[in-house]
Amino acid sequence: MQNIAPNIEAISGTKVAAGVKRVRIVRQLTLIIPAIVLFLLVLAAIFADLSWLGLPDVRLAPYDPVKISMSERFLPPFWAEEGSTAHILGTDNIGRDILSRVIYGSRISLSVSLLVIVITAGVGTVLGIIAGYLGGRTDGFLMRVTDVSLSFPPILLALLLAATMGPGYWTIVLALSILGWAPYARLIRGEALRLREEDFVGQARIIGASPIRIMVRHVFPNIINPLIIMMTLSVGMVILTEAALSYLGAGIPPPNPSWGNMVNDGRSYIDTAWWISTFPGVAIGLVVLSGNFMGDWLRDTMDPRLRQL
Amino acid sequence: MSDVILQVEDLHTSFFTRAGEVKAVDGISFYVREGETFGLVGESACGKTVTGLSILRLLPEPAGIIVGGKIILEGKNLLELSKKEMREIRGEKISMILQDPMTSLNPVYTVGDQIGESVRQHQHLPDDMVETEVVSALRLLGIPAPESRLHDYPFQMSGGMRQRVVGSIAMSCRPRLLIADEPTTALDATIQAQYLALFRDIQKQTDVAIIFITHDFGVVASICHRVAVMYAGKIMETASTSTIFKTPKHPYTSALIHSVPRLDRKDDRLYSIEGQPPSLLNLPPGCRFAPRCPDVQDVCHKQQPPEVEIGEGHTVSCWKVK
Repeated sequence: MQNIAPNIEAISGTKVAAGVKRVRIVRQLTLIIPAIVLFLLVLAAIFADLSWLGLPDVRLAPYDPVKISMSERFLPPFWAEEGSTAHILGTDNIGRDILSRVIYGSRISLSVSLLVIVITAGVGTVLGIIAGYLGGRTDGFLMRVTDVSLSFPPILLALLLAATMGPGYWTIVLALSILGWAPYARLIRGEALRLREEDFVGQARIIGASPIRIMVRHVFPNIINPLIIMMTLSVGMVILTEAALSYLGAGIPPPNPSWGNMVNDGRSYIDTAWWISTFPGVAIGLVVLSGNFMGDWLRDTMDPRLRQL
Repeated sequence: MSDVILQVEDLHTSFFTRAGEVKAVDGISFYVREGETFGLVGESACGKTVTGLSILRLLPEPAGIIVGGKIILEGKNLLELSKKEMREIRGEKISMILQDPMTSLNPVYTVGDQIGESVRQHQHLPDDMVETEVVSALRLLGIPAPESRLHDYPFQMSGGMRQRVVGSIAMSCRPRLLIADEPTTALDATIQAQYLALFRDIQKQTDVAIIFITHDFGVVASICHRVAVMYAGKIMETASTSTIFKTPKHPYTSALIHSVPRLDRKDDRLYSIEGQPPSLLNLPPGCRFAPRCPDVQDVCHKQQPPEVEIGEGHTVSCWKVK
C-alpha cells in the first residue's frame, strides 16, 4: 500500500499530497491523544500503590483514599484562594483527598467496565452469530431469551443480587453482565442474518466450508465494525450504571472509592463544594470520550478500504 | 467421446412456501461428460440456477427441498451422502462460480487468503505449498503477476479481475465438475469474450466438465458442446450445439433462437414470444409451453408430452415430434 503514495504525488502534484498528509495527521491525533489519556489512567490505576508487589508504602496517590481528616474538610483545589498544594484537587466532606480517591477509583471503574464489556460482548457475539447464521428454531429460542433479558429492568436485578449476595465488586460485574449481553446479541444477529445471504458466504459453502468455519472466518470479521462501536459506547453506559448502583447502595460499598459513588457523594454539596463531584465526573467523561475516539480509529483502521489514507 | 461424469435423473426440486409448493425443477434428466461444456439455457426463473444448487445440495434452507430423483457423480448418488461427506465433495469434486464477482469475495481477506482457504479445506499442506497452489490457480485463470496480486484485497481489483479470482477459488482444487452460473452476465462484452476464451483454455488444461448456465445464445454458441433448453422447470430439448442452432425441433427452442438479434438479417422488429411463462405454483396440466406455443394442438393442453429421442443425443419433449 505504501508504494501507491509516491504515484499519487507524481500524478497530481504536491497539493493533493499535502491534503492527504493533513488527513493522516488528524487521524493520528485522534488516536494518539485518547490513547495517551487511557494509558495514563491505566497506569494510575496500576500504580495507585504497589501493595500488590509487597510495597504498600510506595504509591502514586498522595494520600490514603479512605483516611478521614475532619480538620481538612471541604478544602478547594490548589488554584482557589483557600486551596493548597497539599491537596491538589481539594478534599471532600469528611476531609479525604480527592486526587487520591480519583486515582484509586480508576481501579474499580476501569476494571469493572473492561470486565463487563468483555463478558457481554463475548457472550452476545457468540449467541448473535449462532442465532443469525443458523436461523430456524435455534434463532427463535435464542431471540426469545434475548427478549426476556431486554425486558427485565437491570437496576431491579442488581438490587436483587445485592440483597442476596451482598453489595460488592463481583455483584456489580455479575449484575451488569447478566443482562448486558442481550443488546449485543440483537445487533450481531441482525448483521449475521444479512451476511448469511451474501454471495461470499455462498462461495464459502461452495468450496465445502463447515458452518462453524463460515461463522468464524466469514461472518465474524465482517461484524467487527458495529461490534467495536457498540463496545466503545458501552464504556460510558457501564461506568454510569455502576454509579447509579453505588447511589442505590448496591454498588461498591463505602468507604472504597469508585468514580460513581464519588459523584454521588458530592451531589449534596454541588453548590458549595463543586470539586467533590466534578473531578470524578471529568474522569468518567475522559474515559468515555477516549473510548469513543479509539473506537472510531480502530473501525477505520480495520476497514481495508480506508487503509490507504 | 469420453466418460459420463455426472448423471442427473428425474430431478425434482421444490420450494415450500406459504402460498404452496413451487415446483422449480420438475423432473429433469441430463448427463455431462468429462471435458465437455454442457449449456443450460432458458429465461429467468426457469430453474437453471436451482438445478445448479441442487447438484451441490446448497438450496436455501428450509424452503428448498430436493423431492425426488438421483444425482450421480462418478457412480455415487450425491443425494444419499451425509452433510459431512457432501462438504468433502464441494470444492474438491464439484465447484461453482456465482454470477456477481463484486459480491462473491469476502471484503476483509486478500485474494490469496480466500483461494488458500479452499486449498486448505481439502488438502493438508504446509503454508508454502498452499501458496504455490494459490499462485498456480491464479495463473490458470490468466491473472498477470499472480505472486504480487495474491496480496491484494478484492476492492483493489476490477470486476473482470475479481471474476477471475472467483474462478481461481473454484478451480483451486482442480474439481472434476464446474458449475458456472451466468459468470459473464455482470461483465462487459469485451471482458466477456476474454472470459469465455479462458474457460475453453482451462478446460483444455484440466479436462474439467462444465455446466454453463446462461440465457445468452451467443455464449452458448461460443462455448457449449451440448445444450439443454429449459422452460418452467422442465427440459424441452437437448442436443449438440450445432443441432440446436441448425435444426431446432421444439417450437420453444426455435422461438428463442429466432428472438436473438442478428446482424446478417434485416428485420423491422425483433421477434418475441407472446405471453409470460406460467406460474410455477399453478402449472397447466399439459405442456408448459402450450399457452404460448405457435404450433399448439388439442393434446398439448391435456397431457404432458413424453421425451422422445429423435437422433444421436437429440431429445425433444413435444407432441409435434413423433
